Formats: sequence, C-alpha cells, structure tokens
Amino acid sequence: MIDSNRQKILDEIQRHIKALTRGIYALVIGVATLIYYLLNPSILNVDVQSKESVVVAEAPLPEYENGIHLATGFKEGENLNLVIANCTSCHSAKMVTQNRATRDGWKTMIKWMQETQNLWELGESEPLILDYLAKYYAPEKAGRRQPLTDIDWYELED
Amino acid sequence: MKSRRNFIKQTSAATLGALIGSRIVFGKNLPKDYVPVILQDGDPYAMFNKHKDMVVLNNKPWNIESAPHLLDDKITPNEKMFIRNNGLIPEKTDVNKWTLTIDGESVSKPKTYTLQELKTKFPQHTYQLTIECGGNGRKEFNPPAKGNQWEYGGVACAEWTGVRLADVLKDVGIKANAVYIGYYGADVHLTGNPEKVVISRGVPMNKAMEDETLIAFKMNGKEIPLAHGYPLRLVIGGWPASVSGKWLKRIAVRNIVHDGPKMEAPSYRVPCKPVAPGDKVKDEDMCIIESMPVKSLITYPKTGAMIDKGNALNIRGHAWAGDLEVAKMEYSIDFGATWKPCKLDKPANRLAWQHFSATVSFPEDGYYEVWARATDSAGESQPMVLPNWNPKGYLNNACHRIAVKVK
Repeated sequence: MIDSNRQKILDEIQRHIKALTRGIYALVIGVATLIYYLLNPSILNVDVQSKESVVVAEAPLPEYENGIHLATGFKEGENLNLVIANCTSCHSAKMVTQNRATRDGWKTMIKWMQETQNLWELGESEPLILDYLAKYYAPEKAGRRQPLTDIDWYELED
Repeated sequence: MKSRRNFIKQTSAATLGALIGSRIVFGKNLPKDYVPVILQDGDPYAMFNKHKDMVVLNNKPWNIESAPHLLDDKITPNEKMFIRNNGLIPEKTDVNKWTLTIDGESVSKPKTYTLQELKTKFPQHTYQLTIECGGNGRKEFNPPAKGNQWEYGGVACAEWTGVRLADVLKDVGIKANAVYIGYYGADVHLTGNPEKVVISRGVPMNKAMEDETLIAFKMNGKEIPLAHGYPLRLVIGGWPASVSGKWLKRIAVRNIVHDGPKMEAPSYRVPCKPVAPGDKVKDEDMCIIESMPVKSLITYPKTGAMIDKGNALNIRGHAWAGDLEVAKMEYSIDFGATWKPCKLDKPANRLAWQHFSATVSFPEDGYYEVWARATDSAGESQPMVLPNWNPKGYLNNACHRIAVKVK
C-alpha cells in the first residue's frame, strides 16, 4: 500500500519534471527565434534580390566548343554578337536555334515580332542579323516523311 | 500541424535556395508548388518535377515536351506532362485573394467569384480530358514552320476536377447575343510589360457550354501544378491546348468571335482551303482551328526494341479524335500494305483518350516498323504521310511508328 502510494508520488514528480523540461525547451527555442529574427529582420520577406549578392567562384569557361557558343547554344559565326544582343533579351536562344527558315522567312518573323511583341527597329543591324540567320539556320531538304533516324537500339525484356 | 507545414515550406525554400546557389528567404505566404520567378532560369526538371527524359524545347518561355514511351500511363501524371507557355509563369499566386471575374459584352452583369465560392457554390465534376498542343508534330513539316519544334510529346490526358463553365455562366446570366468566350490569365509577357496580354484565346458558346468544359482547380486529384495553371485553369478537351487557359483570372463572354492575342491570324489558324507547301497565305484566308484531328501514339514499347525471332511483341498506346470518338485502331508491319486490328477500349468519358493494344508477330528476322493508325467515328483516318502543309505547322496527325529489330 505504502509502496503503491510512493510510486504514485514519484510518477507525479516525474510528470512535473517532464512538463517543466518541455516548457524550458519551448522558452529557449522561442527566445532563440526572437533573437534570430531581431538580427535578421528580413527573414519574413521574400528576398529575391539576394541572388545578386552571392558570388560563386568559377573558372572562366571557353566561349566556343565545336563551333557552338556555349552560353547560348548559337552556331559560331559572323555577326553573332548582334544576334545575341537583339534576339535574346526577351526570349531564349532556343527559340531561334530550333527553327529553320530562308532569309525571307526570318525577315517575316522579325516583322511579326516588331508588330506584335514590342521588338525594336533593328536598323542597320537587320541585314547583318539576317545574313547570320539565313546562313546558319537555313532549311534542310527533306521529303514528305523521313526515314526513322537516331534509333537507340535496346534488348526488349518482356 | 501548422508549424509543421511552415517547417516543410522552409525546408523546400532551402532546397530551392540550394538549387540556385543562393539563400532565399520566403515569407509565410509561399504558396505550395510556387516557383519564384528567379527560378524560372533554374533546372526545369527539379522546378517542375519532370521526368528526366522530357525534352526542353525552350527555356524562355518554358516549353517542355514528353515522348511517346513516357506517355504510357493511362492517365498522364504531372512528371510526364508537356508544358507549353507563351509567357512567363506568374510571380504571385496568392490563392486566398485569387478571384475569377466573368464579364464581357454578353453578360447581364459582371460577376466575381473567389476560389472558395467556385468550389462550394457549384457541383464538382471530374473528367479525363485529352489536351494536345495545336503545333504538336510541327517538327516534321517541310518547308519548316516557325515555332517550338514539337515532335510527338505535346499531348496529355490527365484527370481534371472542377466546376462546369456552363454552370458558372448560367449563374452570371448570359445574353442571347453571346458568340464566344475568351480567357485572361495571370502570366506575364516576355517583355515584362504588364500592360501586354500574353495570350487570350477561347471557344464558341456551344463548346463553352459542353458538360466537359471545366474551370478546374485539381489535376489528378491534387492542386494543379504551377506550370500547368495553379490555382485555376480552363480545361477544354479535344481542341488545341491553347484554349485551356492557365492561371485563369477572367473570362469575357463576347458578342463577337473573341479577338484576344493569339486569336488573330496566323496563330492557331490553318488555311481555309488547301495550299501548296511553302505558299504564302493571306490573313483573311486563315481559319481558326477547332476540334483536333484523329491521332494515336504507340507508347509501348519504346522505339528501337530488339526481340528474338519467334517471339511475339505486345504493343499498346492511346488514340484520340478531338470532339469525336475513335472507332477503329489498326497496326501495320509492312508500311501500310496490310493492316491488322488492335483491341480498342471505349473512352473513360467523352474527350478522354482511348487505350489500344495488340500482339504482333513477325514472319522473319530483320528490320521492321510498326505503324499505328486510328480512324474516328466520322470515318476519317490518320494519313501515313504528313497531312497538308500549313504555314504554322499545325495539326500533324500522321501515323506514329516505332522501329523494331527481330534477330
């Protein structure tokens, strides 16, 4: 009987200690959070500018590899600087490199972008840009349905 | 529970931060699946949770296509669903403040709904809906057509949950002179000009009022992923995917054919009458694409399968036919000289793609192509060569084929 009472009291004390410990933990976490917030008040703001502030040390990359301008994927060629400056400020280079057209076709696209997409006048750069596009991104001859190419053969396990 | 959710948000913020090599601190308003605009230059596979075999056609704006073998699931999961954007993904998607406004010349009075009102006021419906990019297959056209060079993977059939556009329009009150609806989304023009609408397309009233035309807030039972229109999207099966407006903010009920950006020629239009490949076509001779043509894909096996002589090959895939149903599915191993029937399932619901399968035997070893051909309920079949050329390279529904080697 006495043992059982003693056990109850011990249990009670243990419960109190546990509750107290939890309270202390919560207090410590709370105070730490408060201090952190006071030191870093921007924690609750969306801070997209912080990208600028991070400096990642990188070895300089070669500009071209196998005739491809690495940063953009454009083919190496005369007047590429004009193409990059005028054609990649709104859309990616891929918009150009996945397409093929004649000089007329490229001119039509430029006109469409000027009429509907806020592209500026290209002035004396326009013929030079067209020279580049018509030379490096010209249509390839193709039939009505090409043979399947680049087949990646594999053993089919069923 | 709440603090746990915040912890998860912080964790994903840290993960996202790691992605761009920078610390990003998000406010408590970070919506689930939200991709900060800074990350619109990041790794698309991580950002959009896409399968590694998906192909990035364009990164500004994001255009990512699937491949036939990735589309093997009966219901397309997010990981394998194509992304076609015309502009930039919206920066701010605060769902608590998100509203949808119905206005235009042909409403009795404009009305605005909160997301919660839409979800509680109207009955919800779930449909599997096939949406295919109008330019899917553009890559094969010759002379080449301008635009993202989609090959096969600009199509998907996910399960969409939402309310019927018809129910909402009836609640608003539509005048008898209504002709067309046009959507407006929250995406941002590539130039960053907030005044410029990226794309605003729509459909005639009869298509808008169909049972399956949804204002959706769920895709495959979950919130719509950000790249696919979170938190609200118009979903209209069977028509060019560009009518299924993402990040939906407003629907105008028009008394004319809608004239928003990308409704005008040559966008999403084909010559009203057939033209020779490479012809120049006047704007007034270009007609708006409506129902998409009959088409199919072999989704298993992946092209390039090698099998042993004597073994049969099980093939399967999906077929769809715009507003119609697919009535017949066939395959050929002799370049169309002879065709054999496939088993073809009925659609789960109208405008869902249908599944087909067949067991193929080969007479001797060698190189084969298995071609698949669907025929719709109006008797039209897929052509084996490219369909008629058009200036923008839309509607290529030529038969799909896979290469098989028997050893």
